[in-house]
Amino acid sequence: MNKSIDPRVNRMDFTEEKVILQELDNWETWEVFHQRRRGEQHEHVGIVHAPNPDMALVMAKETFGRRGHTANIWVVKTSNVVVGSYEDGDMYTTTPEKIYREAGGYKVMEKINKHRKAKAK
Amino acid sequence: MQALKELLYKMADDQLIIGHRNSEWTGLGPILEEDIAFSSMAQDKIGQAQALYKLLHTMGEQEPDVLGFMRNAEQMHCCHLVEVPISNYAFSLMRNFLHSHAELIRFEMLTGSICQPLANIAKKYRGEIKYHVMHGSTWLKQLGNANEDSNQKMQQALAGCWNLALGIFEPSPYETDLQKENIFEGETALKDRWLETISPIIGKASLKLPPHNEWTPAFGGRTGNHTLHLQPMLDEMTEVYKIDPSAEW
Repeated sequence: MNKSIDPRVNRMDFTEEKVILQELDNWETWEVFHQRRRGEQHEHVGIVHAPNPDMALVMAKETFGRRGHTANIWVVKTSNVVVGSYEDGDMYTTTPEKIYREAGGYKVMEKINKHRKAKAK
Repeated sequence: MQALKELLYKMADDQLIIGHRNSEWTGLGPILEEDIAFSSMAQDKIGQAQALYKLLHTMGEQEPDVLGFMRNAEQMHCCHLVEVPISNYAFSLMRNFLHSHAELIRFEMLTGSICQPLANIAKKYRGEIKYHVMHGSTWLKQLGNANEDSNQKMQQALAGCWNLALGIFEPSPYETDLQKENIFEGETALKDRWLETISPIIGKASLKLPPHNEWTPAFGGRTGNHTLHLQPMLDEMTEVYKIDPSAEW
Protein backbone atom coordinates (compact mmCIF):
# COMPACT_ATOMS: atom_id res chain seq x y z
CA MET A 1 0.00 0.00 0.00
CA ASN A 2 1.17 3.55 -0.69
CA LYS A 3 2.49 5.49 2.24
CA SER A 4 0.44 8.55 3.05
CA ILE A 5 2.04 11.84 4.05
CA ASP A 6 -0.46 11.82 6.93
CA PRO A 7 0.99 9.72 9.79
CA ARG A 8 -2.53 9.11 11.11
CA VAL A 9 -3.49 7.35 7.91
CA ASN A 10 -0.36 5.19 7.99
CA ARG A 11 -1.30 4.08 11.47
CA MET A 12 -4.77 2.99 10.43
CA ASP A 13 -5.49 -0.71 10.51
CA PHE A 14 -7.12 -1.60 7.21
CA THR A 15 -7.02 -5.33 7.78
CA GLU A 16 -10.46 -5.38 9.44
CA GLU A 17 -13.16 -6.75 7.21
CA LYS A 18 -14.95 -3.99 5.34
CA VAL A 19 -18.58 -3.47 6.21
CA ILE A 20 -20.70 -2.95 3.11
CA LEU A 21 -23.67 -0.73 3.84
CA GLN A 22 -26.99 -1.62 2.30
CA GLU A 23 -29.21 1.15 1.02
CA LEU A 24 -31.29 1.50 4.18
CA ASP A 25 -28.47 0.87 6.67
CA ASN A 26 -27.71 4.55 7.06
CA TRP A 27 -29.20 6.43 9.96
CA GLU A 28 -32.27 8.47 9.17
CA THR A 29 -32.13 12.24 8.91
CA TRP A 30 -33.33 14.87 11.34
CA GLU A 31 -34.17 18.46 10.50
CA VAL A 32 -32.34 20.90 12.75
CA PHE A 33 -33.85 24.17 13.98
CA HIS A 34 -31.47 26.61 15.58
CA GLN A 35 -32.37 29.46 17.91
CA ARG A 36 -29.73 32.13 18.30
CA ARG A 37 -31.12 33.90 21.34
CA ARG A 38 -34.00 33.22 23.67
CA GLY A 39 -37.21 34.71 22.33
CA GLU A 40 -36.07 34.61 18.71
CA GLN A 41 -37.47 32.18 16.14
CA HIS A 42 -35.96 28.74 15.69
CA GLU A 43 -34.64 28.71 12.14
CA HIS A 44 -34.16 25.69 9.95
CA VAL A 45 -30.43 25.23 9.37
CA GLY A 46 -30.01 21.77 7.83
CA ILE A 47 -30.02 18.08 8.63
CA VAL A 48 -28.03 15.57 10.65
CA HIS A 49 -27.94 11.78 10.57
CA ALA A 50 -28.79 10.00 13.82
CA PRO A 51 -30.42 6.80 15.06
CA ASN A 52 -32.54 8.46 17.77
CA PRO A 53 -33.55 11.89 19.12
CA ASP A 54 -30.78 12.05 21.77
CA MET A 55 -28.08 11.31 19.23
CA ALA A 56 -29.64 13.81 16.83
CA LEU A 57 -29.31 16.55 19.45
CA VAL A 58 -25.70 15.57 20.15
CA MET A 59 -24.86 15.77 16.43
CA ALA A 60 -26.84 18.97 15.85
CA LYS A 61 -25.09 20.83 18.65
CA GLU A 62 -21.63 20.66 17.09
CA THR A 63 -22.71 20.62 13.45
CA PHE A 64 -24.80 23.78 13.70
CA GLY A 65 -24.15 25.30 17.12
CA ARG A 66 -20.39 25.40 17.43
CA ARG A 67 -20.01 28.95 16.12
CA GLY A 68 -21.65 32.14 17.34
CA HIS A 69 -24.57 32.20 19.71
CA THR A 70 -26.94 29.33 20.38
CA ALA A 71 -29.80 29.48 22.86
CA ASN A 72 -31.58 26.29 21.91
CA ILE A 73 -31.85 23.58 19.25
CA TRP A 74 -34.81 21.53 18.04
CA VAL A 75 -34.54 18.34 16.02
CA VAL A 76 -37.46 16.87 14.09
CA LYS A 77 -37.44 13.57 12.28
CA THR A 78 -37.43 14.34 8.55
CA SER A 79 -40.07 11.69 7.97
CA ASN A 80 -42.40 13.60 10.31
CA VAL A 81 -42.34 16.69 8.13
CA VAL A 82 -45.34 17.07 5.85
CA VAL A 83 -44.02 18.19 2.51
CA GLY A 84 -45.80 20.26 -0.14
CA SER A 85 -45.40 19.55 -3.82
CA TYR A 86 -43.49 21.69 -6.32
CA GLU A 87 -46.02 20.66 -8.97
CA ASP A 88 -48.52 22.90 -7.26
CA GLY A 89 -46.05 25.78 -7.24
CA ASP A 90 -48.33 27.94 -9.40
CA MET A 91 -50.76 27.95 -6.48
CA TYR A 92 -48.36 30.22 -4.59
CA THR A 93 -47.64 32.81 -7.27
CA THR A 94 -49.43 36.11 -6.85
CA THR A 95 -50.37 38.28 -9.77
CA PRO A 96 -48.77 41.72 -9.98
CA GLU A 97 -52.19 43.34 -9.59
CA LYS A 98 -52.35 42.22 -5.99
CA ILE A 99 -49.49 44.50 -5.00
CA TYR A 100 -51.76 45.86 -2.22
CA ARG A 101 -51.15 42.59 -0.43
CA GLU A 102 -47.39 43.12 -0.29
CA ALA A 103 -46.51 44.39 3.13
CA GLY A 104 -43.27 46.03 2.03
CA GLY A 105 -43.52 48.85 4.54
CA TYR A 106 -43.70 46.60 7.55
CA LYS A 107 -40.01 45.70 7.51
CA VAL A 108 -39.08 49.34 7.83
CA MET A 109 -41.61 49.78 10.65
CA GLU A 110 -39.91 46.95 12.49
CA LYS A 111 -36.58 48.74 12.22
CA ILE A 112 -38.12 52.06 13.28
CA ASN A 113 -39.75 50.48 16.30
CA LYS A 114 -36.50 48.75 17.24
CA HIS A 115 -34.67 52.06 16.99
CA ARG A 116 -37.32 53.82 19.12
CA LYS A 117 -37.10 51.10 21.74
CA ALA A 118 -33.32 51.30 21.84
CA LYS A 119 -33.51 55.09 22.17
CA ALA A 120 -36.04 54.86 25.00
CA LYS A 121 -33.67 52.68 27.09
CA MET B 1 1.98 27.26 45.65
CA GLN B 2 3.63 23.97 44.65
CA ALA B 3 0.43 22.13 45.47
CA LEU B 4 -1.63 24.37 43.23
CA LYS B 5 0.91 24.17 40.42
CA GLU B 6 0.88 20.38 40.54
CA LEU B 7 -2.92 20.42 40.27
CA LEU B 8 -2.86 22.86 37.34
CA TYR B 9 -0.15 20.97 35.48
CA LYS B 10 -1.93 17.64 35.62
CA MET B 11 -5.25 19.15 34.59
CA ALA B 12 -3.71 21.09 31.71
CA ASP B 13 -1.54 18.20 30.48
CA ASP B 14 -4.52 15.82 30.56
CA GLN B 15 -6.59 18.20 28.44
CA LEU B 16 -3.77 18.90 25.98
CA ILE B 17 -2.88 15.26 25.45
CA ILE B 18 -6.43 13.88 25.19
CA GLY B 19 -7.25 16.85 22.95
CA HIS B 20 -4.39 15.98 20.65
CA ARG B 21 -5.20 12.28 20.68
CA ASN B 22 -8.85 12.96 19.84
CA SER B 23 -7.80 15.30 17.04
CA GLU B 24 -6.09 12.32 15.40
CA TRP B 25 -9.62 11.28 14.35
CA THR B 26 -10.21 14.48 12.41
CA GLY B 27 -11.15 13.52 8.88
CA LEU B 28 -11.28 9.84 9.80
CA GLY B 29 -14.40 9.82 12.02
CA PRO B 30 -17.24 7.36 11.45
CA ILE B 31 -19.73 9.87 9.99
CA LEU B 32 -19.41 13.53 9.04
CA GLU B 33 -21.42 14.89 11.96
CA GLU B 34 -19.46 12.85 14.47
CA ASP B 35 -16.18 13.84 12.83
CA ILE B 36 -17.14 17.47 13.38
CA ALA B 37 -18.31 16.88 16.95
CA PHE B 38 -15.24 14.92 18.04
CA SER B 39 -12.84 17.40 16.41
CA SER B 40 -14.66 20.32 17.95
CA MET B 41 -14.40 18.76 21.41
CA ALA B 42 -10.70 18.14 20.80
CA GLN B 43 -10.29 21.86 20.18
CA ASP B 44 -12.26 22.65 23.35
CA LYS B 45 -9.88 20.53 25.39
CA ILE B 46 -6.77 22.14 23.94
CA GLY B 47 -8.34 25.53 24.68
CA GLN B 48 -8.93 24.49 28.29
CA ALA B 49 -5.29 23.39 28.51
CA GLN B 50 -4.22 26.80 27.21
CA ALA B 51 -6.31 28.61 29.85
CA LEU B 52 -4.63 26.55 32.57
CA TYR B 53 -1.13 27.08 31.11
CA LYS B 54 -1.86 30.81 31.05
CA LEU B 55 -2.71 30.68 34.73
CA LEU B 56 0.52 28.78 35.39
CA HIS B 57 2.39 31.45 33.46
CA THR B 58 1.02 34.13 35.81
CA MET B 59 2.47 32.06 38.65
CA GLY B 60 5.99 32.26 37.21
CA GLU B 61 5.99 29.26 34.87
CA GLN B 62 7.00 29.52 31.21
CA GLU B 63 4.84 30.81 28.33
CA PRO B 64 1.84 28.58 27.44
CA ASP B 65 3.35 27.57 24.08
CA VAL B 66 6.61 26.59 25.73
CA LEU B 67 4.73 24.56 28.36
CA GLY B 68 2.67 22.85 25.69
CA PHE B 69 5.33 22.18 23.10
CA MET B 70 8.79 22.17 24.64
CA ARG B 71 8.57 19.59 27.42
CA ASN B 72 9.62 15.94 27.14
CA ALA B 73 7.51 13.02 28.28
CA GLU B 74 9.12 12.83 31.71
CA GLN B 75 8.20 16.48 32.32
CA MET B 76 4.52 15.86 31.57
CA HIS B 77 1.95 15.23 34.30
CA CYS B 78 -0.80 13.58 32.28
CA CYS B 79 -2.28 10.22 33.26
CA HIS B 80 -1.73 7.12 31.12
CA LEU B 81 -5.37 7.05 30.00
CA VAL B 82 -5.01 10.15 27.83
CA GLU B 83 -1.65 9.29 26.26
CA VAL B 84 -2.19 5.79 24.87
CA PRO B 85 -2.95 5.59 21.13
CA ILE B 86 -6.48 6.07 19.79
CA SER B 87 -6.93 2.37 19.00
CA ASN B 88 -10.42 1.87 17.50
CA TYR B 89 -13.35 4.27 17.74
CA ALA B 90 -14.97 2.34 20.59
CA PHE B 91 -11.82 2.82 22.65
CA SER B 92 -11.56 6.53 21.87
CA LEU B 93 -15.24 7.09 22.69
CA MET B 94 -14.93 5.18 25.95
CA ARG B 95 -11.77 7.05 26.95
CA ASN B 96 -13.44 10.35 26.21
CA PHE B 97 -16.54 9.33 28.18
CA LEU B 98 -14.55 8.26 31.25
CA HIS B 99 -12.17 11.23 31.22
CA SER B 100 -14.76 13.92 30.46
CA HIS B 101 -16.92 12.76 33.37
CA ALA B 102 -13.94 13.07 35.71
CA GLU B 103 -13.10 16.51 34.30
CA LEU B 104 -16.66 17.79 34.66
CA ILE B 105 -16.81 16.75 38.31
CA ARG B 106 -13.34 18.20 38.91
CA PHE B 107 -14.35 21.51 37.33
CA GLU B 108 -17.59 21.56 39.31
CA MET B 109 -15.66 21.00 42.54
CA LEU B 110 -13.24 23.77 41.57
CA THR B 111 -15.97 26.37 41.01
CA GLY B 112 -15.89 26.70 44.80
CA SER B 113 -12.11 26.87 45.07
CA ILE B 114 -10.50 29.57 47.18
CA CYS B 115 -8.14 30.10 44.23
CA GLN B 116 -10.27 32.63 42.37
CA PRO B 117 -8.57 32.47 38.95
CA LEU B 118 -8.95 28.69 38.97
CA ALA B 119 -12.59 28.93 40.06
CA ASN B 120 -13.16 31.34 37.17
CA ILE B 121 -11.64 28.92 34.66
CA ALA B 122 -13.80 26.14 36.09
CA LYS B 123 -16.95 28.24 35.72
CA LYS B 124 -16.03 29.38 32.24
CA TYR B 125 -15.33 25.93 30.76
CA ARG B 126 -17.80 23.81 32.70
CA GLY B 127 -20.41 24.19 29.94
CA GLU B 128 -18.06 22.88 27.26
CA ILE B 129 -17.31 19.76 29.25
CA LYS B 130 -20.99 19.31 29.98
CA TYR B 131 -21.46 18.71 26.27
CA HIS B 132 -18.48 16.33 26.18
CA VAL B 133 -20.18 14.32 28.91
CA MET B 134 -23.53 14.36 27.13
CA HIS B 135 -21.83 13.25 23.92
CA GLY B 136 -20.04 10.39 25.70
CA SER B 137 -23.05 9.17 27.67
CA THR B 138 -25.35 9.26 24.63
CA TRP B 139 -22.90 7.31 22.46
CA LEU B 140 -22.32 4.81 25.26
CA LYS B 141 -26.04 4.08 25.59
CA GLN B 142 -26.43 3.91 21.83
CA LEU B 143 -23.61 1.47 21.16
CA GLY B 144 -24.05 -0.51 24.36
CA ASN B 145 -27.62 -1.30 23.40
CA ALA B 146 -27.58 -1.33 19.59
CA ASN B 147 -26.54 -4.91 18.87
CA GLU B 148 -24.28 -7.67 20.10
CA ASP B 149 -21.32 -6.57 18.02
CA SER B 150 -21.40 -2.95 19.19
CA ASN B 151 -22.00 -4.01 22.79
CA GLN B 152 -19.01 -6.32 22.65
CA LYS B 153 -16.75 -3.61 21.21
CA MET B 154 -17.79 -1.18 23.94
CA GLN B 155 -17.33 -3.82 26.61
CA GLN B 156 -13.82 -4.49 25.33
CA ALA B 157 -13.11 -0.78 25.29
CA LEU B 158 -14.31 -0.44 28.87
CA ALA B 159 -12.09 -3.34 29.97
CA GLY B 160 -9.14 -1.77 28.15
CA CYS B 161 -9.71 1.70 29.61
CA TRP B 162 -10.66 0.87 33.15
CA ASN B 163 -7.36 0.61 35.00
CA LEU B 164 -5.99 3.47 32.94
CA ALA B 165 -8.99 5.56 33.95
CA LEU B 166 -8.45 4.76 37.63
CA GLY B 167 -5.00 6.28 37.11
CA ILE B 168 -6.64 9.70 36.68
CA PHE B 169 -7.01 9.79 40.45
CA GLU B 170 -3.39 9.13 41.39
CA PRO B 171 -2.99 10.98 44.70
CA SER B 172 -0.53 13.84 44.72
CA PRO B 173 1.88 14.52 47.60
CA TYR B 174 -0.16 17.66 48.26
CA GLU B 175 -3.65 16.25 48.84
CA THR B 176 -3.91 17.45 52.45
CA ASP B 177 -2.46 20.89 51.59
CA LEU B 178 -5.02 21.38 48.86
CA GLN B 179 -7.83 20.41 51.22
CA LYS B 180 -6.59 22.46 54.15
CA GLU B 181 -6.26 25.55 52.00
CA ASN B 182 -9.69 24.99 50.40
CA ILE B 183 -8.22 24.83 46.93
CA PHE B 184 -9.48 21.38 45.98
CA GLU B 185 -11.21 18.52 47.81
CA GLY B 186 -8.76 15.97 46.44
CA GLU B 187 -8.50 12.99 44.14
CA THR B 188 -10.24 10.49 46.43
CA ALA B 189 -13.37 12.63 46.73
CA LEU B 190 -13.28 13.13 42.97
CA LYS B 191 -12.96 9.41 42.31
CA ASP B 192 -15.88 8.56 44.61
CA ARG B 193 -18.17 11.04 42.87
CA TRP B 194 -17.00 9.86 39.48
CA LEU B 195 -17.79 6.23 40.29
CA GLU B 196 -21.19 7.27 41.59
CA THR B 197 -21.93 9.20 38.40
CA ILE B 198 -20.69 6.81 35.73
CA SER B 199 -21.82 3.47 37.24
CA PRO B 200 -25.54 3.94 36.46
CA ILE B 201 -24.76 5.18 32.93
CA ILE B 202 -22.57 2.15 32.29
CA GLY B 203 -25.44 -0.01 33.57
CA LYS B 204 -27.93 1.67 31.26
CA ALA B 205 -25.56 0.99 28.39
CA SER B 206 -25.75 -2.74 29.26
CA LEU B 207 -22.04 -2.77 30.07
CA LYS B 208 -20.28 -4.21 33.09
CA LEU B 209 -17.42 -2.78 35.12
CA PRO B 210 -14.49 -5.18 35.56
CA PRO B 211 -14.68 -7.11 38.86
CA HIS B 212 -13.37 -5.12 41.80
CA ASN B 213 -10.43 -7.44 42.50
CA GLU B 214 -9.06 -6.64 39.04
CA TRP B 215 -8.91 -2.91 39.67
CA THR B 216 -5.24 -1.94 39.50
CA PRO B 217 -4.93 1.79 38.80
CA ALA B 218 -2.26 2.73 36.25
CA PHE B 219 -0.32 5.24 38.35
CA GLY B 220 2.91 7.01 37.44
CA GLY B 221 1.76 9.58 34.93
CA ARG B 222 1.46 12.37 37.48
CA THR B 223 5.13 11.98 38.41
CA GLY B 224 6.44 11.76 34.86
CA ASN B 225 6.53 7.98 34.54
CA HIS B 226 4.71 7.42 31.29
CA THR B 227 3.93 4.68 28.83
CA LEU B 228 6.14 4.31 25.76
CA HIS B 229 3.43 6.00 23.70
CA LEU B 230 3.74 9.54 25.03
CA GLN B 231 7.14 10.61 23.66
CA PRO B 232 6.42 9.64 20.01
CA MET B 233 3.11 11.47 20.29
CA LEU B 234 4.83 14.58 21.63
CA ASP B 235 7.42 14.38 18.84
CA GLU B 236 4.68 14.33 16.24
CA MET B 237 2.61 17.03 17.94
CA THR B 238 5.54 19.45 18.26
CA GLU B 239 7.25 18.69 14.95
CA VAL B 240 6.13 21.88 13.19
CA TYR B 241 6.45 24.12 16.25
CA LYS B 242 10.03 23.01 16.81
CA ILE B 243 11.13 23.93 13.28
CA ASP B 244 11.03 27.53 14.51
CA PRO B 245 9.81 28.05 18.07
CA SER B 246 10.08 31.83 17.68
CA ALA B 247 7.73 31.98 14.67
CA GLU B 248 4.61 34.13 15.05
CA TRP B 249 1.41 32.21 14.23
